[in-house]
Amino acid sequence: MGVLKPFEKRSELAVFLLLAAVVIVLPCLNGMTGEESGWHVSNFKLGVWGKYLCFAVVAMSLNMLWGYTGLLCLGQCLFFALGGYAFGMYLMLMIGDLGAYKSELPDFMVFLGYEQLPTHWKPFYSPWFAILMVMVVPGLVAFIFGFLAFRSRIKGVYFSILTQALTYAAALLFFRNDTTFGGNNGFTDFKFILGADIREPSTGRWLFVASGILLLTVYWFIAWLLTTKFGKVQEAIRDSENRVRFSGYSTTHFKLFIFVVSAIIAGLAGALYVPQAGIINPGEMWPTKGLDIVVWVAVGGRGTKAGPIIGAVLVNLLKSYTTREFPEYWLLILGCLFVLVVIFMPDGIVGLCKRTWVRFVRPKAGSGPAAEEKALATESS
Amino acid sequence: MAVGLASGISAVSAADDTVKVGVLHSLSGTMAISETSLRDVLLFTFDEINAAGGVLGKKIEPVVVDGASDWPLFAEKAEQLLVQDKAAVTFGCWTSVSRKSVLPVFEKYNGLLFYPVQYEGEEMSKNIFYTAEAVGQQAIPAVDFLLEEGYKKFYLIGTDYVYPQTTNIVLFEYLLSKGISVENIGGGLRKDSEGKVISAGNYTPFGHADFQQIVADIKKFSASGEACVINTINGDANVPFFKEFASSGLTSDDCPVVSFSLSEDEFRALPAKDLVGHLGCWTYFMSIESAANKKFIADFNTWLGKTDVPGIVKENRVTCSPMVLSYDGVYIWKAAVEKAGSFDVDKVREALLSGDVSFDGPGGTVTAQKNHHLTKTVYIGETLETGQFSIIKTLPDVYGEPFLKGTFEKK
Repeated sequence: MGVLKPFEKRSELAVFLLLAAVVIVLPCLNGMTGEESGWHVSNFKLGVWGKYLCFAVVAMSLNMLWGYTGLLCLGQCLFFALGGYAFGMYLMLMIGDLGAYKSELPDFMVFLGYEQLPTHWKPFYSPWFAILMVMVVPGLVAFIFGFLAFRSRIKGVYFSILTQALTYAAALLFFRNDTTFGGNNGFTDFKFILGADIREPSTGRWLFVASGILLLTVYWFIAWLLTTKFGKVQEAIRDSENRVRFSGYSTTHFKLFIFVVSAIIAGLAGALYVPQAGIINPGEMWPTKGLDIVVWVAVGGRGTKAGPIIGAVLVNLLKSYTTREFPEYWLLILGCLFVLVVIFMPDGIVGLCKRTWVRFVRPKAGSGPAAEEKALATESS
Repeated sequence: MAVGLASGISAVSAADDTVKVGVLHSLSGTMAISETSLRDVLLFTFDEINAAGGVLGKKIEPVVVDGASDWPLFAEKAEQLLVQDKAAVTFGCWTSVSRKSVLPVFEKYNGLLFYPVQYEGEEMSKNIFYTAEAVGQQAIPAVDFLLEEGYKKFYLIGTDYVYPQTTNIVLFEYLLSKGISVENIGGGLRKDSEGKVISAGNYTPFGHADFQQIVADIKKFSASGEACVINTINGDANVPFFKEFASSGLTSDDCPVVSFSLSEDEFRALPAKDLVGHLGCWTYFMSIESAANKKFIADFNTWLGKTDVPGIVKENRVTCSPMVLSYDGVYIWKAAVEKAGSFDVDKVREALLSGDVSFDGPGGTVTAQKNHHLTKTVYIGETLETGQFSIIKTLPDVYGEPFLKGTFEKK
C-alpha cells in the first residue's frame, strides 16, 4: 500500500476512499439503472456533479497556494479559463462543418469574415496538442508572472491585487473580437470530443470519470507533496518566509514552482469543465470568478486537504439548488452563509469539524482551553 | 450529496391541470437590471392568461430560475427546466452569449425557447423562436429614415461584442448599397490580409468611460454637416458617451445619434437629459397611442400593485420593447398551442411555422413567420427628457430576416 503512504491520518485516507467510491458509483448508477429506479442518477445530475468535481480541483489548486504556501491568488480563474480555452479550441475545430454556416471554420470566425483559420489555431486539430497546451499555457503565464512577481519580492496583499489585475486584463483581452477567441460569446455548441458525440450519455460518464480521476490524483499529489522535504519548506514559507530565506533557501524558486504547478492543475480542471459546461467565455476570467474560488476554499477550510473539495461542492450545490428553488433570495442565502463562516468558522467547515471532534469526542488529553489548543495543534499539523 | 440527488425529486410533481413554463432570466448579476423587468412582465402575462382560463384549459405554472448573469449557469438551468421540470416552453435570455449557451441544450432535448431581445441575427435554431427585433427591424429602418432625412455621413460606434459588430458590418454593406461612399462611413474599418472589410466601426469595451477621443473624432467627421451617429453602445457606457457628446458642443440638430440599445426601461437608471432629441428605434414604444397599449400599461401597473413576488419594484415602472416582445411571445405560444391542440414541441413548432399565428399586441399586430421570427411594426422615436420617446415614424409589417450579412450589393 505504498501509494497510500502520503495519507498521514486515517481521516485523509477515508476521504480519499469516499471520493473514489463516488467517482465509481455515480456513473454506474447513471449507466446501469433505469430512469424509473429510485437509485437512478440522471445524465443532467451527473453532468452537474462533473462540473462540481472540476470546481473542487481548481479549489484544491488554490489551496496549494493559499492554504499551504500563504500566497492568496485572486486570479486562479485565469488559469482555469486558459485551460478551458485551450481545450475549447480543439472542441471548436471538431465541430467541423456542422456549424450554422456549414463551414470548416468555427462559426464566430465566419461571422467576423475570416476566410481561413489563423495559424495559431491550426495545431489544435490534434487533441494531444490541445491537452499539452492546456498545461503549457497556464503554466507559462504563471511562470512569467510568478518569476517577475516573486523576484521583486512582491507578496501579501500586493501579490493578491496583482493576480486580480492580471485576470482582469486577460478578460478584457479575450473580450475583444480581434483576439480570435470568439470575443464575448466565447466557444459554444460543441459536437464531438475524441470522436465521441458530446451529447451521448456515455460521453458524459467518461467526462465525469476523467474529472474524478483528476480530483483523486490531485488530492493524492498534494498529500504526497506535503510529506516531502519540499512540502515542509512550502509550509515554512507560509509561516515565516523571512526565516526560511535567512536559512538559505531560495524562496523565490519554491514559490515559483508551486505557482506553476497550481496553474497547471487549474488548467486541467478548466479543460475538463468546458465540455461539461458546454461554454467557455471571458466571463470565466472575470475577477469575481477568482473570488468565488477563494470563497469555496474559505468555506471548506483553507490549509486542509478535504476543505477545498467540501467547500467547492457545497457552495456550488447550494447555488444550483437555490437558483431554482429560491431565485429571488439565493444571493442572500449564500451571503449569509459566507458571513457565518467568517464569524463562526475561521477555519471553515473542516476546521469546525476538527474543533468539535477535539472538544467533545476526544477530551482525553486533559481538559480546559489550553489542552484543547494543544490537541488542535497536533490534529492539524 | 443526498441534497443534490433529492433536489430534483420535489420538482417533478406537476398537477394535471397545469402546464409548466420556464422563465430563464438573470435576476442577479450585471444583467439583472434589464432582465428582472422581463421576469415581471412574464409573470404578469401568465396571471392574465390564467385569469382568462389558461391555455387549453390548463393553468400556466411558471418555474422561475435565476441565470445570475453567469453563462454556464444558464445552460445548467435550461437543462434543469427541460429535464426535471419538463417545461413545455421557456421564455428567457437577454444577451447573445446566454442564448448561445443554452442553444445546444434546447436542441439536445428538443425544447422550445422564446427569445425577446433585439439581436444580431445570423442564427436560426429549430428550437428557438425569436420574437426579438432582427437587424432588419431596427438598424435598417433607422438608417432608411436618416437617408430620407438627407443624412449622407454615418459614424458607427459600439461596444465590442457580437451584436454591434454584426449590426455594423450589415449596415456598412447596406450603406454602400445605398450609394454612400466608404469615406462617408466613419469609425474605422478593419480589413483582413486580402483587403476585405471584416469589421466596421469604432469599438469600446463594456463599461468604457473615456469617450473624449471618439467624440473628438465624431466632431471632426461631422464638421462638414449632414452627419449622424449609429450607436450600438451597450448599457451604462452610454452615460459618459452622451455626456462627452453634449459637452463637446455637438447637438442632435447638427449630428443626431440613433441608439439601438436604449429603451424606456434603461432610462429608469440612466439620465435622459443628455439624450434629448436623439433617436431610438424599436418595435414598441410606451408612448404608442392605442387602446391595446393603454390597456396593457394599465393592467401591468394594476398587477404590480397587487403582486407578492418578492423584491419586485412597484414604483415608476415603464414598459419597453423587450418587455412587450416577451408578452407577445407568450400569446404567440398560446395561439400556437391552441392551433396545435397540444403542448408537444414538434406540434407547436409546426403551428408556429404555419404562418397564420398572430397576435394583436401593445405594439401592433405581430405574426409568426416560417423562419422563426416575427413580422411586426417598427417605430422611430425622439428621446424626451422624461426618458420616453415621441414617435416620429411608424413602419407597419416589417418582415424579420436574420440573415442579412452579404445580401446587399455595392452600388
